[in-house]
Amino acid sequence: MKPSVADVRLTSYNKDVYEPSDDSFALVDALQQHDWTSFSPDVCLEVGCGSGYVICSVAKMLSQHGLRAQVLASDISSAALEATQETLVAHGVADVELIQGDLLKPLIPRFQHQVDLLIFNPPYVPTPDDELTRTDIARAWAGGNRGRAIIDKFLPQVKEVLSPRGFMYMVTVTDNRPEDILQLLSNDDIEGKVILERAADEEALRILCCWRRHERDAEGHH
Amino acid sequence: MKLLTHNMLSCHIKGVKNGYPFKIDPVKIEEMDADYDPDFLRHIYPRLEWPALREAAQVMGEPNLPEEVTESMLQNDEEFLRHFHHALLELILEEGALVCPETGRRFPVHKGVPNLLLHEDEV
Ligand SMILES: C[S@@+](CC[C@H](N)C(=O)[O-])C[C@H]1O[C@@H](n2cnc3c(N)ncnc32)[C@H](O)[C@@H]1O
Repeated sequence: MKPSVADVRLTSYNKDVYEPSDDSFALVDALQQHDWTSFSPDVCLEVGCGSGYVICSVAKMLSQHGLRAQVLASDISSAALEATQETLVAHGVADVELIQGDLLKPLIPRFQHQVDLLIFNPPYVPTPDDELTRTDIARAWAGGNRGRAIIDKFLPQVKEVLSPRGFMYMVTVTDNRPEDILQLLSNDDIEGKVILERAADEEALRILCCWRRHERDAEGHH
Repeated sequence: MKLLTHNMLSCHIKGVKNGYPFKIDPVKIEEMDADYDPDFLRHIYPRLEWPALREAAQVMGEPNLPEEVTESMLQNDEEFLRHFHHALLELILEEGALVCPETGRRFPVHKGVPNLLLHEDEV
């Protein structure tokens, strides 16, 4: 059987790019546990792709399940996008498209309710707010108050792009108050749960999996 | 950047109303073979803005996309499907710019990656 995730040894990163870490691995584990047999996404999108480890793993999962989708990855950092490009080439993955942008902004109008798999491992580390204005590698982890500065900008964008049958996977840590995040999403009729818990160095990871409320309940899936 | 991706991007400068589709100003275009999969094309067709793809394809060197697409073309017009496939997935904008149709603001495309970050006064 083909290995279904990216190989860390073939993954590019440097001092300006987030190194694949426990959070990245937990996210990929959660995605691997997804029920791919009853899911054929047309559009997959990772925000904040960093080294490309996660989106490259997703591309491998898709091909392993014989699925062809439009796959995109974006990041605010050009160094991250260069690393992702190298990681994709090293894995022989050709059809992931890259975009430099701030969260989902340039994609919202045309991807209205179209994204079937939305993925984000955000900068989630609680930091003083002045760390947020840095433009170096701090941007990969600095999350401001309770680690929520970037997350809270992202959350209202989710309802714009998530498709009726779509799933959103996001990394959080307990400091971010995952229950509160789920509550905020719930106000947008997006339901979810903690799908994977893992203790890492100095942080308690909680991977969230979310979906639109009505359509799925009507189908009786959850 | 493939034209499939171009078809999905809009200019999101504050106050811009007609930020779609970006005009393409190509400097370097590459061609890359992609697996031909008519089912994928049929599947994706309803999500596309066809006039935007057609116009972009003309600029990128694929002038053979028709103005109107019919169901029977999607089902069994092999010649059409080949042109559609080529335009959507095999023409790569490596270097150049995406130009906002309303403001003329240029978003650079470098090494195949469009940079859609806004300046502070555009947010
Ligand atoms: C924790 S790292 C995750 C990297 C990679 N996805 C992984 O799991 O290993 C967060 C990434 O988000 C990017 N990022 C931060 N703020 C962003 C924003 N506003 N829009 C897009 N990406 C952003 C950072 O550059 C960084 O690459």
